[in-house]
Amino acid sequence: MSSFLTNSLKLLSGAIVAVALVTSAPALAAGGHGRKPVDPGFSFEGPFGTFDQGALQRGYKVYREVCSACHSMKLVSFRNLGQKGGPFYDPKYKNPNDNPVVKQIASEFETAEIDPDSGDEVMRKSTPSDRFPSPFKNDEAAKASNGGAIPPDLSVINKARNGHAPYIYSILIGYEPKPVGLEIPDTQHYNAYVAGSLATQWKGDPHHVPAGGVLAMPPPLTDGRVTFDDGTPSTLKQQAKDVTTFLEWAGDPHMVARKQTGFAVILFLILLGGVVYLAYRQTWKGHH
Amino acid sequence: MSEASHNSVTTGADPSRRDFIYIAAGAGAAGAAGMALIPLIGQMNPAADTLALASIEYDLSKVTEGMQAVVKWRGKPLFVRHRTPAEIKAAQTADVKGMRDPQTDAERVKEGKEQYLVVIGVCTHLGCVPNFGGGEFNGWFCPCHGSDYDTSGRIRSGPAPLNLEVPQYEFLSDTKIKVG
Amino acid sequence: MSDHQSTYQPKTGIEKWLDSRLPIVRLAYDSFIDYPTPKNLNYWWTFGAILSLCLGIQIITGVVLAMHYIASTDHAFNSIERIMRDVNHGWLIRYIHSNGASMFFFAVYIHMFRGLYYGSYKAPREVLWLLGCVIYFLMIATAFMGYVLPWGQMSYYGAVVITNLIGAIPVVGPSILIWLQGGFSVDQPTLNRFFSLHYLLPFVIAGVTVLHIWALHVTGQNNPTGVEIKSKEDTVPFTPFATIKDAMGIILFLIMFAVFVFFAPEVLGHADNYVPANPLQTPAHIVPEWYMLPFYAILRAIPDKLLGVIAMFAAIAVIFALPWLDTSKVRSMRYRPVMRWFYVLFAITCVALGWCGGQLPTDLVISFGADKAGTPIGLTVTTLSQFLTAYYFAFFLIIMPWIGLKEEPLPLPASISEAVLAAHSKKKG
Repeated sequence: MSSFLTNSLKLLSGAIVAVALVTSAPALAAGGHGRKPVDPGFSFEGPFGTFDQGALQRGYKVYREVCSACHSMKLVSFRNLGQKGGPFYDPKYKNPNDNPVVKQIASEFETAEIDPDSGDEVMRKSTPSDRFPSPFKNDEAAKASNGGAIPPDLSVINKARNGHAPYIYSILIGYEPKPVGLEIPDTQHYNAYVAGSLATQWKGDPHHVPAGGVLAMPPPLTDGRVTFDDGTPSTLKQQAKDVTTFLEWAGDPHMVARKQTGFAVILFLILLGGVVYLAYRQTWKGHH
Repeated sequence: MSEASHNSVTTGADPSRRDFIYIAAGAGAAGAAGMALIPLIGQMNPAADTLALASIEYDLSKVTEGMQAVVKWRGKPLFVRHRTPAEIKAAQTADVKGMRDPQTDAERVKEGKEQYLVVIGVCTHLGCVPNFGGGEFNGWFCPCHGSDYDTSGRIRSGPAPLNLEVPQYEFLSDTKIKVG
Repeated sequence: MSDHQSTYQPKTGIEKWLDSRLPIVRLAYDSFIDYPTPKNLNYWWTFGAILSLCLGIQIITGVVLAMHYIASTDHAFNSIERIMRDVNHGWLIRYIHSNGASMFFFAVYIHMFRGLYYGSYKAPREVLWLLGCVIYFLMIATAFMGYVLPWGQMSYYGAVVITNLIGAIPVVGPSILIWLQGGFSVDQPTLNRFFSLHYLLPFVIAGVTVLHIWALHVTGQNNPTGVEIKSKEDTVPFTPFATIKDAMGIILFLIMFAVFVFFAPEVLGHADNYVPANPLQTPAHIVPEWYMLPFYAILRAIPDKLLGVIAMFAAIAVIFALPWLDTSKVRSMRYRPVMRWFYVLFAITCVALGWCGGQLPTDLVISFGADKAGTPIGLTVTTLSQFLTAYYFAFFLIIMPWIGLKEEPLPLPASISEAVLAAHSKKKG
């Protein structure tokens, strides 16, 4: 009873770690992938990370002025922008539906509804409780307008891609002139960070296929494309970082509450564990 | 054998310290269970999107005089009635004193907008939807158990205990209201 | 133990009244209060209590999630996102449930490997082990169907691949496949029935768990020495001794659980499952959840479709047969110097199989350079999986029976208390 690990179980755990270390290295080296994503250091990273509201607001502007032309964000409502932790949260308005900034943003969009008198589809101004309308009526329309590729919905895009936020950021900054020897149509764009394989389009040395893949989306961001209201210099990297932060929030709006709850729960469990350990010692005294 | 073991547990340590540890551990575990109940019970409350739909805007100019529009609000029917002068007069002159739930018509409409009556279309008896224009008082008549409401939505006869509820609403413009 | 006399003494009049009509308090008292427990149980034995907790957590959070989930191909994905965004504490409940599945399997694997190491499956505990295997099998089925419910890309293609395994059965396979899917592809009928069964099976698991605990209390618990209880000196009452130790194990387990739920809730999931199911396009890399990877690796190690499916199910079936494959007279591997090493190798094999299951089959594990044409050569994941699969089955079918006959075990202690005293004097002196 003195120790609860038998020798062989100790050995086992050591062996597992060793196997994992040995075997994981070549897996990463396997070919056919994009360049390793760049992490610019987001405000939301780590157990203490939160969303920088300035970045969220700038990121929203990038989404609004650039991304939303082609990409939907169907799962997000306007009211979300004003909820606690959101880009336009204002403690004065506990109910985000009353937040004037949110109302203003909503009124810039139009939502389709059925007119009760005629049965026709009519457009009305959006309200905070409406979701972000999609730029295309349906997938087929989206396909037709974008050279056969549907622009993915951005609601949970950071969760939906391996590599998460750094991957999305890297895509946005990762457009490069296509390497000589890569034969792709003009409607496709080379990006060094895209997870894909270029082996079939590559006419150069077959052992040196360039990293990355192609996207139907042309480079969306350029220096100065969006003017930030707070005077932050509008570089490509700044836009990419801010819009990625905004998209992280869009996909995980309760992140801050989650981490805060987590600290409280774990602290409680540690304290309870301490007390139960004392009770355990008390109980087993003289029985070991 | 359990007796013997229990005795050996209790010997040796200071009894008050020992009891404190057991009580603290038990209380901590009970507290944890209690806190776990908060999200499990709280999740049944209306979700954020349900609450967000709680206010609607409605353009009254769509309702012609003498008619009513039925709008769905918070999952219930909302009666928006454009009353005729005769209906307004009947509502205003009725003797409030004898009513089951005494309320003047002025308390139930907005000043200067007496022609519009906005009530929740749910019978205060057991929740059925009263029919427009039926009954003795030309207001609403509930088909389920015969509650009869007047042109101000007040209960005049039948089993219902209360008048039809007037929701919180305000005029945003001359003809536009926001309910909730 | 079966010969343990009930010591329950009803005190109040109500207790006496109930005890003579439905002795449920007596049952609980005899099972969880005054139950004689080997005094040398270590922390690996707390995983039984931890697993009961896991089942409870999954059932409670699952019932709650079902209040908001919509089993429809059009709404399933969005209804889960609504839980994550709009339902009060919905993100918390959903993350507990999704990570809870992983925690459940983590705990059950430790529980199984503990049983394997200390010989807890050996006579007279065969039925106890079989019931445990049934629970494990039901857990796999439940987890698989639960993973389909979010109706993301991984959900969809997981369901497609696993149901298609049935199609490998000769003659009747295709008909069973159509029956199982309720159509000619995985679609609305499939989702609907998976939801129904995902709700049902946990209660079946709870029922089998009651049988599992019943069987445990008939034979009594095994212990690290594998020597049966000989006298009262070998035991302590379940409460408070085992209860408090289980509580300690549970708290440590919950801390790990909380780290996942609050700080890494997606780390055990797959990014592709946040893409709504699209029957027209398969994701680049299909992998099951981590807890099924070893079986997935066995499936892929066999190049033939039918044989692969048979091997995968055989890998589970062989666990059922374990009590009759082990020929050793000694239970605990503490006293089995040779078998212990095969056990360690087996554990490594299972982990390595799990790793293989997550890789592309043609990826190289070790590269030996390149051939003349420049194509890299080396050990592929498939080849490694084949070696590992061979050892997996050899462990049960060859090593277990053979080593049991050949091995010279270490001397066993005369009783549990003797072993405890010996450990004590060793520690002190």
